[in-house]
Amino acid sequence: MSATDRDMLKLPKKKFKMWNWVWVILMILGLVLSVNNTQTSLPEFFANFDQFAEIFVQMAQPDWSYAGTAIPYLVETIKMAIISTVIGSLLAFVYSLLIARNIVHNRVITGVLRFIMNIIRTIPDLLLGSIFVAIVGIGPVAGILALTVFTFGVVVKLFYEAIETIDPGPSEAIKAVGGNGMNNIMFAVMPQILPYFISYALYAFEINVRASTILGYIGAGGIGLQLKNTLDMFNYNQTGMIILVVFLVVLVIDFVSTKAREALMR
Amino acid sequence: MDTTMKKLPPKPVTAKSRAIKWGGWIISIAIIIWSCTGIDFGGIKPTAGQITGAIFNGLFHPDWSYVYNGSGEDLVSQLWQTLCIAFLGTFISAIISVPFAFWAANTRHKKFWVSESGKIVLTFIRSFPEIVLALMFIKAVGPGAPAGALALGLHSVGMLAMLFSEAIESLDDGPAEAITAVGGSKFNVAVFATLPDLMPAIVSNTLYRFDVSVRSASVLGLVGAGGIGYPLIIALNYRQWSRVGIILLGIIVMVVVIDWISGAIRKKLV
Amino acid sequence: MAEQPMIEMKNVTKVYDNGTVGLKNINLKINKGEFVVIVGLSGAGKSTLLRAINRLHDISEGDILIDGESITKAKGKNLRLMRRKIGMIFQSFNLVKRSSVLRNVLAGRLAYYPTWKTTFNLFTDKDKQRAYEALQSVGMAEKVYSRADELSGGQQQRVAIARVLTQRPEIILADEPTASLDPKTSRQVMEDLKMLNEKYDMTVVANLHSIELAKEFGHRVIGVRAGEIVYDGKMEDTPQSVFDNIYNGGKGKEED
Repeated sequence: MSATDRDMLKLPKKKFKMWNWVWVILMILGLVLSVNNTQTSLPEFFANFDQFAEIFVQMAQPDWSYAGTAIPYLVETIKMAIISTVIGSLLAFVYSLLIARNIVHNRVITGVLRFIMNIIRTIPDLLLGSIFVAIVGIGPVAGILALTVFTFGVVVKLFYEAIETIDPGPSEAIKAVGGNGMNNIMFAVMPQILPYFISYALYAFEINVRASTILGYIGAGGIGLQLKNTLDMFNYNQTGMIILVVFLVVLVIDFVSTKAREALMR
Repeated sequence: MDTTMKKLPPKPVTAKSRAIKWGGWIISIAIIIWSCTGIDFGGIKPTAGQITGAIFNGLFHPDWSYVYNGSGEDLVSQLWQTLCIAFLGTFISAIISVPFAFWAANTRHKKFWVSESGKIVLTFIRSFPEIVLALMFIKAVGPGAPAGALALGLHSVGMLAMLFSEAIESLDDGPAEAITAVGGSKFNVAVFATLPDLMPAIVSNTLYRFDVSVRSASVLGLVGAGGIGYPLIIALNYRQWSRVGIILLGIIVMVVVIDWISGAIRKKLV
Repeated sequence: MAEQPMIEMKNVTKVYDNGTVGLKNINLKINKGEFVVIVGLSGAGKSTLLRAINRLHDISEGDILIDGESITKAKGKNLRLMRRKIGMIFQSFNLVKRSSVLRNVLAGRLAYYPTWKTTFNLFTDKDKQRAYEALQSVGMAEKVYSRADELSGGQQQRVAIARVLTQRPEIILADEPTASLDPKTSRQVMEDLKMLNEKYDMTVVANLHSIELAKEFGHRVIGVRAGEIVYDGKMEDTPQSVFDNIYNGGKGKEED
């Protein structure tokens, strides 16, 4: 017995993994650089926390009488979201058929179109909003245009990825029967991806409702303008009301949209 | 023996499914038509076409001098600051998100309303406008990058914690049960069972969130919370189209590069 | 006076991009009304050969004639009209899962219509009745409005056969039609193919992995090994040793 005890090995030292250390160092370096660059100091934040909290407290007591003024703008916001989602999704649908490699076999065409798509996708919604405000002026039209482009960017990638992952079998069958490209799309591709399309469009709608509530801040229509006004005038109770109403609307829309998407995927 | 063929019966549709189908179409079209009402479409400036042309012009003849001139106010510095804001914000949010994720995750051992309340809190954080959050932080720490980083950090929790909690929900129960069986506390379970399995999801989702944060950080500058948003809005207001062009190009390049790097890292993780 | 063969393959060779040889110098004539089974190991080239006939796979050398017309040189609409004459049954059925059985079967008539009509689902009542009758022939009539994914594997394959019947082709290519099915359903499917061959005079070319089914239903057997035809003869004249040979890579003795 004592022989086996002596034969027990000592716990070997853990292997030195270079990669893990590299990551840790990169993280720390990144932190140091960012904190330095941005001059962020948490202590300062905590010191001034009372100011932050004061605003929050005021917002937490929403001005209910303001609801009457806010709601029409909220309605406009929702309308903006709906229009942009519909137009953006339709455009994305057509475009996605052009860049799916199992529908269009020409690599040059898909490559160029994908490049353009990627460029469009990089610009954030509010920046699009600012640009369109500069072009068409203040008002919901700028917001609709901005969100349409934004929706297009979000949805087109989801669409074409869905198209490329369909079962190739039915397409083979359509080809064997003597069908052409359009037949393939109508009989093999569409039935498989239609639920996904609608699902992604609803997802885009959820995002758009949130985005359109902010666009008004830069003048692109919707309730965001009221947000700016109340903030500028330090009427935080009213700001709180706006945030509350927006939150409720987002909750409801998210819930309905999620249920609809679940039903579709059945 | 001669079996004559039957005629094709009409399609069986229940009254309910017909009602749902027709109802669905009518409601959808009604909603779309309603959305177009009340929007003032005529408010387009007459100069719209000209300005679009000017912007495109600015894109193709960008103001290269703005790229780097050592003043700390140039494109490269601003982009770098935007990246730092995004990095810091994402880092903060990743740390804060973990406990929130545990709160909101609907696992077998929890009452439904506990995790549901967590989810609602997260939805609230997500719908709280980032801009307002940034302004609140500006009141506390002054205008500039710190406000942006903090606002980003807090706001991202909404999305990131949601992703984490979904990852937690999809984890295998086994390891958690094992830790409970040896007498571990809920906290032990979290640390020894859940967290290790969660690590790939944490890293992957955080990287994804960093992607999004870079875009958000460019936007926060619009309200003065630092980053490239501010120079852009100034250039737009002063109609300096070639500057707008170079800034847009800079943003596009930055986002594309970050997307590419983050995608490459995530592929290596899987 | 000699009737031209329904399918004629002349010196057909297929080399893949990576250099692998799929088919090597295939010469084959199949006449109208024949029931041919092709046997061979997996990867021997059976599937490539079949798919070359309706040009789902393109060939590198040689020519393939369908009823005297070259499908190798056909393009665009002409190619589709030639494909219309050839029906295909797949191992994985290839039905559109979310579509109804009726719509799947009607797809067999696609090449008889201009594109816009089928895009708007304007099939004639006559064709819908034709589809329904095809479903009755394979015993799937009551499933006509069901979604395809509500059916079992065997049922889906029979719907696929109904699709082929609705297409009214002159040739049927069957690529391992029974590989995913249990013995009873496999037999049903083969009986359906036999019915199509005898009642409608359709030329059937089937890849089978089951020697039993091959012997029972095939009139002519073609053995394929490594992309080449190593045997071609009438089923009744073919001794068991031929099958052993083909499946054992030429080692001769049957391994237990």
